[in-house]
Amino acid sequence: MADTAILAAQTPAAKARPAGTALEARLAELDLPKGGFTAAARTDAAARLNAMGLPGKRDEYWRYTDPAAFNDPVAQPLAFTSRQSTLFDDIEQLKLVFVDGRFDAAASDALEGEGLEVSTLAAADASGDHWASDLYGKLETAGQNPVKRPFAVLNTLAANDGVLIRVTGKVSRPVHILYRREAEDADVIIRHVIRLEEGSELTLLETGGIAARSNVAIEVEVNKEARFHHIASKRADDAKIGIAHIFARVGEGALFKSFTLSVNGSMMRNEGVIEILGDDAVAHIAAAVLGDGTEGRFHHDDTVFITHAAERCESRQVFKKVLKNGADGIFQGKILVKPGAQKTDGYQISQGLLLDEGSQFLAKPELEIYADDVKCSHGSTTGALDETAMFYLRSRGVPKEQAVVLLVLSFLADALEEIEDDRLRGDILTRLDEWLTSRASA
Amino acid sequence: MLNIKNLHVKLEDEDKQILKGVDLTVPAGEVHAIMGPNGSGKSTLSYVLSGRDGYEVTEGEASLYDHDLLDMEPEERAAAGLFLAFQYPVEIPGVGNLTFLRTAVNAQRKARGEEELSSGEFLKVVREKAKALQIDAEMLKRPVNVGFSGGEKKRNEILQMAMLEPKMCILDETDSGLDVDAMRLVAEGVNALRSPERSFLVITHYQRLLNHIKPDVVHIMSNGRIIKTGGPELALEVEKNGYGDLLAEVG
Repeated sequence: MADTAILAAQTPAAKARPAGTALEARLAELDLPKGGFTAAARTDAAARLNAMGLPGKRDEYWRYTDPAAFNDPVAQPLAFTSRQSTLFDDIEQLKLVFVDGRFDAAASDALEGEGLEVSTLAAADASGDHWASDLYGKLETAGQNPVKRPFAVLNTLAANDGVLIRVTGKVSRPVHILYRREAEDADVIIRHVIRLEEGSELTLLETGGIAARSNVAIEVEVNKEARFHHIASKRADDAKIGIAHIFARVGEGALFKSFTLSVNGSMMRNEGVIEILGDDAVAHIAAAVLGDGTEGRFHHDDTVFITHAAERCESRQVFKKVLKNGADGIFQGKILVKPGAQKTDGYQISQGLLLDEGSQFLAKPELEIYADDVKCSHGSTTGALDETAMFYLRSRGVPKEQAVVLLVLSFLADALEEIEDDRLRGDILTRLDEWLTSRASA
Repeated sequence: MLNIKNLHVKLEDEDKQILKGVDLTVPAGEVHAIMGPNGSGKSTLSYVLSGRDGYEVTEGEASLYDHDLLDMEPEERAAAGLFLAFQYPVEIPGVGNLTFLRTAVNAQRKARGEEELSSGEFLKVVREKAKALQIDAEMLKRPVNVGFSGGEKKRNEILQMAMLEPKMCILDETDSGLDVDAMRLVAEGVNALRSPERSFLVITHYQRLLNHIKPDVVHIMSNGRIIKTGGPELALEVEKNGYGDLLAEVG
């Protein structure tokens, strides 16, 4: 009895009902598509999810983030304070607009472009045959071992829409997925599937408010010598409660780079699952996070798993979180070097900058190495603003609030450097600077 | 001018008195040097004047023209015309030297109610001043002090000084870590800024910097007080005989 009481106290979400019925309750609220080309993957996902159940706080990878908000059958409505995102507006792009998780053709550019084959999941899934059937749910399934990711399975089962992009050439114009919200209680599940054919190149941008609660998964296959850049910006009230997965498979000589900017929100979990399968490939994943607990809860979790299964590959994880007013930042990052993945160069850094004493940063770096000729390093630090640097800036006449902004940007610099394109990085920096400056006194 | 009267300072967190009654006046246009053995309180004086945390003024006062320095935030002191060249300039990764300089210049102008410099105006001035200090465009673009050599860091301090045009410049051991050529370059930069409206307080262990930046007055500091004041010859005396004789003399 005593044990049960403790368990119940620790996991308030789980106490109401056992796991099986929690999942049933969750699924009962969903509008589950039957699927055309995805039908088999969805059936498989249903079986896997039933076997797996929804996570609880006792699960190893949910120890620092309570999954209750993702487990709840219905999303809490979220009032609008947001305006449309204008980030990357001045950059030539192929714009794809999603309103409350559904593709809005009228607001979007035509689904065409040189070197691109684009369709939407909802439209393509009406038919039984599509190139994406090789990938839909496949990368997600591969990413379930050894760590279970139930919400990604849920995504495979229940995704209603998304984009399917096949890249056959070097596409200079970024594809910009722009999310917009209309309903205050939208609870959306979106899946994007991307295949970069040999030697091709694509930049994918994601911005805007998705929904009151969102579950977005991206599966991306980067084939031989292809280059994929992903830049996501998740702003203020854009995604109060959101979970996102990116599953990547990186081939020989290919490059994968993903950067996410998160500015507030209340409960966010981003998982990156990257499998490097070809020799001489490069995979980088980075995030800059700014969390302020004043507007309610702020909890931001980055969970990354990079598998090296080929020789002479480089991986890099750069995660920086600036936290204040009781904000929580979590980082769980793993590098697995498989037998034979010689000359691996793996690097991981996670850092928390705490602007007050009420915030916390928790990091769990993991290395698992089964090859003997590799270079892997990891580091994690948590600290306050450097007082000497503060004094240096102020002694030059820079007011305290502005000095904090400069030092926060300085702290985030390594993560921002992961954005290769100068204009995209510049846009992000300008936006960050404006945001920080506008709230400098808060 | 800078006016310090009977300044007593202790460490905030410790019961340790560092300055025990400093009296010092630096009139407009003059260069004063403060020399003294390690631990005499020279650097503390520079930090207290510029407003660094960690010190508590227990007695005395310090003013710059009609500003009561001790009541002001560090950035207010800077806007009032005080500048401290750091012994160890701080590296700020990810913040470009130019961005930093422009932020500082415009913050001070704004604080004084002056119009901010446009990007074009600022660049024109900074390029001119950087050239005189042999600071190239590359160094201006790099993050503040990151990867700079000792000499580059000190030249960067002087560039900031030149851009901010302070009334009172404090140089804290600016000669430390510099080779002869770098010292000459830094000294030339300082000398170019000498004017009837600007004063300097040069803190140093060694007389050699004073060969390049000629002081009007030399003060010897020991154990939290100024124990002797004289002309440039006082520095030569220290160089020749060390501090021992002077300390014994004062007793």
